[in-house]
Amino acid sequence: MNFTQSFKLAVKSLLTSKMRALLTMLGIIIGVAAVIIITSLGNGMQKYMNDQFEEMGSNLVQAQVYRSWSSMDVTAKDMYALVEKYPQYLSGVTPYTSVQGMVRHGSDEYKRTSVYGVGETFYNSSKNSTMQGSKMGKGRFLSYVDVEREMAVCVIGSYLEKEAFGGDALGKTITVGGAPFTVVGVLEKSGDNSEGSADDTMYIPYTQADRLSSGSYLDMYLFTATDRSTAATAKGIVENRLYKAYQSHDNYFVLTSAEMMDAMDSMVNLLMAILTLIAAISLLVGGIGIMNIMLVSVTERTREIGIRKSLGAKGRDIRSQFIIEAGTTSAIGGTIGILLGIVVANVITIVIGAVVGTGSSDFHAVPTLQGIAVAFGVSVAIGVLFGYLPANKAAKLNPIDALRYD
Amino acid sequence: MEHLIEFKDIYKIYQMGDEAVHALDGVSLAIDPGEFVAIVGQSGSGKSTAMNIIGCLDVPTSGTYHLGGIDVSTMDDDQQAEIRNKMLGFIFQQYNLIPKLNVLENVELPLLYAGISAQERRERAVRSLERVGLSDKQKNLPSQLSGGQQQRVSIARALAGNPSVILADEPTGALDSRTGREVLSFLQKLNREGDTVVLITHDNSIAVKAKRIVRLQDGKVIYDGDSQDPQAVVQPEEEASEASEDGFGALVGEEAAE
Repeated sequence: MNFTQSFKLAVKSLLTSKMRALLTMLGIIIGVAAVIIITSLGNGMQKYMNDQFEEMGSNLVQAQVYRSWSSMDVTAKDMYALVEKYPQYLSGVTPYTSVQGMVRHGSDEYKRTSVYGVGETFYNSSKNSTMQGSKMGKGRFLSYVDVEREMAVCVIGSYLEKEAFGGDALGKTITVGGAPFTVVGVLEKSGDNSEGSADDTMYIPYTQADRLSSGSYLDMYLFTATDRSTAATAKGIVENRLYKAYQSHDNYFVLTSAEMMDAMDSMVNLLMAILTLIAAISLLVGGIGIMNIMLVSVTERTREIGIRKSLGAKGRDIRSQFIIEAGTTSAIGGTIGILLGIVVANVITIVIGAVVGTGSSDFHAVPTLQGIAVAFGVSVAIGVLFGYLPANKAAKLNPIDALRYD
Repeated sequence: MEHLIEFKDIYKIYQMGDEAVHALDGVSLAIDPGEFVAIVGQSGSGKSTAMNIIGCLDVPTSGTYHLGGIDVSTMDDDQQAEIRNKMLGFIFQQYNLIPKLNVLENVELPLLYAGISAQERRERAVRSLERVGLSDKQKNLPSQLSGGQQQRVSIARALAGNPSVILADEPTGALDSRTGREVLSFLQKLNREGDTVVLITHDNSIAVKAKRIVRLQDGKVIYDGDSQDPQAVVQPEEEASEASEDGFGALVGEEAAE
């Protein structure tokens, strides 16, 4: 019995009872679709996060230092010195102090605006980019003089400019925790220009920030490594310096963006693996459904099996016919599942895009070719595996009994 | 001369609980190429068992069966399947066509299992259908044909593999008398053309169409000879009634043979 003949026969018998075929395949369809959707979402999420990190700079090294309020404490000057000492690994550093103070303009409060105290090195004028990838829109960034002289000036994000100043902020004043700051520059839009986004920010000289949040025990520094590949070494250099200062690992925490990215990636991967496992249970149930229907089919077609055997079909001919039929059923189910999964993943992409408003780096739930291939392969394998038992039952039928079966 | 079919002291014994039922009780029989033999007997006589063994669907409990010089009495299932495929053509009472396949595909089936290429399969199936006069019905499904036509398709299927023996099990049982006669005269025609035909029936009026009659009763051959001999169609009443006196045994015997 050759393959094409069995395949044609399988398709024929599927077409003669479409409803039953669909119900048989349903488990496989749902299982495969679930796997495709989950891997697409995970894939899209990973890509989205990676894009966000890339935008921020994959060569960033972040150091958090818990002050001990003693002579041991490192200062911004120490960090600048560190960069000068290791130019082959570190290309820049800035204090990056989060300021807890209400932003006000007139009677309006901007509760979700993030305020950071930074040094002039936060912005690289030759690349026209901040360490986190934003560009200058209008005016200028903070200067060395602003920082040294503790000038009350600030650079704001495009959202704040639009909301507080109606699009013309240069030279105007905005207050943080009651202290007035003059706007000297506005950043270009980098997020989706909404409240709380990357565009709802404000940068002031870190010397000012220290004054605003005096008593804060946490200092943050952002280093840029010369390259993504040197980020790990750069991290080591910073850690060594901090250990030398505090003689303890407990006072600081250094993290590279590559590490953060890896940590996020592995989290997403774990989540995906768990969800895929759950979806795989549905595939198993689908396989059992196929086995069930194939057993019924063998009983229904006992006479046909008897006829085939009387005409010279061997046990293996009958077995392969039923296995091919089961495999074909699950392969068609798998194909439908893959298509369904792709459609649903696209719908989810559109819905997420519309609801969340993900801004410049769009979220796309894209199934991988690899994922599709595995899903298809697994569904065929399940059909063959669960088709084996019924097929074997058919192969072992006694032709005399089978011919007499009504 | 070598016999085509040769039974030597064939026994087929079924164990029914504590009772051993002898469906075939020491049958010896020889059929030569070109013969047209009817195996006749009432139900329970063992003719179905004989046909199963001749058709390589079953093996005897003891004794040897040579088909075309090959000992087939001890073969396993797959070897038997191969013999059925190469040497035997079956014609059944219920036609036994596969309803989902069209006429041509049904006739091609034995050739498919013989591993013959698609093109040759098709050519031979078409030739076979021409022989039974149904080459215009190739694409029809069995359900679209009359009973007589379906039986002719099954004859075409039996002929397609070019078998040594055509084995017809009550081929007219499901047909009206006119189409039944047509089928029989077709079998006679095949025999005249050189095919060996073995017909299994309970009906004397059908059996006499064969050249030779082998009558079975209680698993034994009670007549073997020319079909035109008046003795051939005598139903041995006394023995039959004797058997029915032993009601339980007859019943069990019938069941075993069914």
